[in-house]
Amino acid sequence: MADNRGAAVRYENVQKSYDGETLVVKNLNLDIPPGEFLTMLGPSGSGKTTCLMMLAGFEPATHGEIFLNDRPINNVPPHKRGIGMVFQNYALFPHMSVAENLAFPLQVRKMGKAEQQEKVKRALEMVELGDFGNRRPAQLSGGQQQRVAVARALVFDPELVLMDEPLGALDKQLREQMQYEIKHIHENLGVTVVYVTHDQTEALTMSDRVAVFNDGIIQQLSTPDSLYEDPQNSFVAQFIGENNKLDGKVVEVNGSQCLVELGDGTRLKADKVNVSGVGDKTTLSLRPERVEFDPSDQMDNLVKGRIEELIYLGDHIRVRMNVAGNDEFVVKVRNRGEKRKLETGDIVPIGWSLNDCKALDAVA
Amino acid sequence: MSEASDTVLTTQDGRPLKASLRKALRREKLRAFLLIAPLLLFVIVTFVLPIADMLLRSVENSIVEETLPKTVQALASWDPTSGKLPDEAVFAALAADLKVAVKEKTHTRLGSRLNYEQTGMSSLFRKTGRHVKKMKEGPYKEQFLEVDKDWGDLDVWQTLKRFSPPYTAGYYLAAVDAQQTPDGIQMKPEDQRVYLLLFGRTLFLSIVITVSCLVLGYPIAFILAALPLRTSNLLMILVLLPFWTSLLVRTSAWKVLLQQQGVINDFLVWIGVVSNTDRLVMINNQTGTIIAMTHILLPFMILPLYSVMKTISPSYVRAAKSLGATDWTAFWRVYFPQSVPGIGAGAVLVFILAIGYYITPELVGGTSGIFISNRIAYHISSSLNWGLGAALGTMLLAAVLILFIVYDKIVGIDNVKLG
Repeated sequence: MADNRGAAVRYENVQKSYDGETLVVKNLNLDIPPGEFLTMLGPSGSGKTTCLMMLAGFEPATHGEIFLNDRPINNVPPHKRGIGMVFQNYALFPHMSVAENLAFPLQVRKMGKAEQQEKVKRALEMVELGDFGNRRPAQLSGGQQQRVAVARALVFDPELVLMDEPLGALDKQLREQMQYEIKHIHENLGVTVVYVTHDQTEALTMSDRVAVFNDGIIQQLSTPDSLYEDPQNSFVAQFIGENNKLDGKVVEVNGSQCLVELGDGTRLKADKVNVSGVGDKTTLSLRPERVEFDPSDQMDNLVKGRIEELIYLGDHIRVRMNVAGNDEFVVKVRNRGEKRKLETGDIVPIGWSLNDCKALDAVA
Repeated sequence: MSEASDTVLTTQDGRPLKASLRKALRREKLRAFLLIAPLLLFVIVTFVLPIADMLLRSVENSIVEETLPKTVQALASWDPTSGKLPDEAVFAALAADLKVAVKEKTHTRLGSRLNYEQTGMSSLFRKTGRHVKKMKEGPYKEQFLEVDKDWGDLDVWQTLKRFSPPYTAGYYLAAVDAQQTPDGIQMKPEDQRVYLLLFGRTLFLSIVITVSCLVLGYPIAFILAALPLRTSNLLMILVLLPFWTSLLVRTSAWKVLLQQQGVINDFLVWIGVVSNTDRLVMINNQTGTIIAMTHILLPFMILPLYSVMKTISPSYVRAAKSLGATDWTAFWRVYFPQSVPGIGAGAVLVFILAIGYYITPELVGGTSGIFISNRIAYHISSSLNWGLGAALGTMLLAAVLILFIVYDKIVGIDNVKLG
């Protein structure tokens, strides 16, 4: 429907420096189509929040241009950008009631009283807080405040909503529940959402696409599943989900595959993702749940490992092993109710497919 | 609850739980009390007792009864509105009392006490005291009139009668420019009224000083709160610097700056804004008091404002802007209301300090810029009319308390944050 429009948000060669010596954001180029839920994910200090603040207008870009619906907005002050924003600690005005908080963006737009009330009522109902209009924010629980903050960012019908770690202050259970609620609101309203978080589960659960930030650069921009399945570099592989690292050197390249020799001489077949050729140092990335015990002989990679530690976690068992001299090697075994026959100290055969083993850039 | 109250909760050995708890806490309470005991004692001796003494002095008037006990008794039956002098019995009692008083040398003190109420009393008692020893037995009235014809003045006797009770409202009446006359309480003649004007001026100037502190202090506190901590700490030293300089030095500095041959006038003349013949009069008047006291009390406004503003997260203003508010709307509707507790704290602090200020108005206030406290000091240390000084002080205290209560009703004292 709206695809014939350009991008809702476009960053073009955006750079940002606070002190004139280091770049916090290094040459950012990013297109966000209308209606997309895009998450900027990364550790603290990776530049993701700065990108959001530049889009909101609270930080000027040092270089480059940001476009909103193909209109450059570098010189547009924040209050004229018409972007809804949910802040980390909600920033609900403590001296106003919930309804007054919601009416605030409508008042400053000089909307009629009746229309204001109508919109406030609808927004409160959307977040299921219909009876809470007269309360003060301090009288609400964390989750309720969070919903009010979302409702306030949406009440004036912005096309774009920014969320800066909005769930950071909530406990785990509430956070999960709110993730689904925000996702549903996004689906129902069709607004474009740019969401910043350092929590990878949040990013994977909610987003259409995730931009993984590190060191001021987008390391990978893709859908949640390909982020997990096909990490493009070691940083992404480690940041998203759990990951086993095996350091080695490429000894043979065969099309999209390669053969890697580890420090102790073990040779493993791997998917060639981020290495250029023979002789390169590489770090193999392998998800713990893709490793099998007692593999069939047809498995691409077969090694033996010594069980160091067993941790019972209910739905699965976490096995820490020593494999090829690396004693941080973790295998997750699904709990199928069989009698557990793994014992600490056992040396057992394990194996995995080459497609699950990615040869990525070497971790220094 | 009603059912449970039948069974008293007990400890393992059968003692009531509440008694046991009290006993356990008693030791802690005693320890806590011992810790604050020195301060408590200090406060009682240096603060509570003097205030109680001041309250008492403002109504206490036993000197007449103590010095002239027989006279007071004899005067009880005299009607001051009769238009006639008291009878011989009163004069006889006065003679007897004065003989004792002269021996104990208390008659001059009584004279100066009554002199506050009616001028001439002091010299009357002094003069009579010199002659009373030589008075002969027999009708005293003529002898008194011979010593001083003022004893034939009805006013003298009316004053004596009016101030014979051990407690008097006279000081308070004087403090509001009123006096007791045989016809009841009346305002003093217009040209003798001082205190109401002074109270009014004290209030007015304190309000002006509070407002100017707020106007000057708010932007400073705002900037300090917005700057990064390193810079704001540095600037905070500049705010605190006056605190570390003697009050007298600061006030004297204003004298140097503001006087007619002072730095500011010289500068204004030099740049040609003011001609040399009509230099501005900025000191020894209200302007001087306002300028110097605003400067001295400014930190008391900035500090509470700063500490409140420091707690206002910048994300509120950002949120307001993202919701479409202009800079001004975001400030006025979101930031300012949250800084009101700081304004309240600063204003109360500055106002209460200003209303009782003494040194600065004394030094730079001249005659038109002095406060009620200067008058109190005058009565305590120069005129030695401690009763009137105490009455004025009590009224000042009452005024502050009333304002405090009004403020609590309007703004709410729990909204005041000092940090």
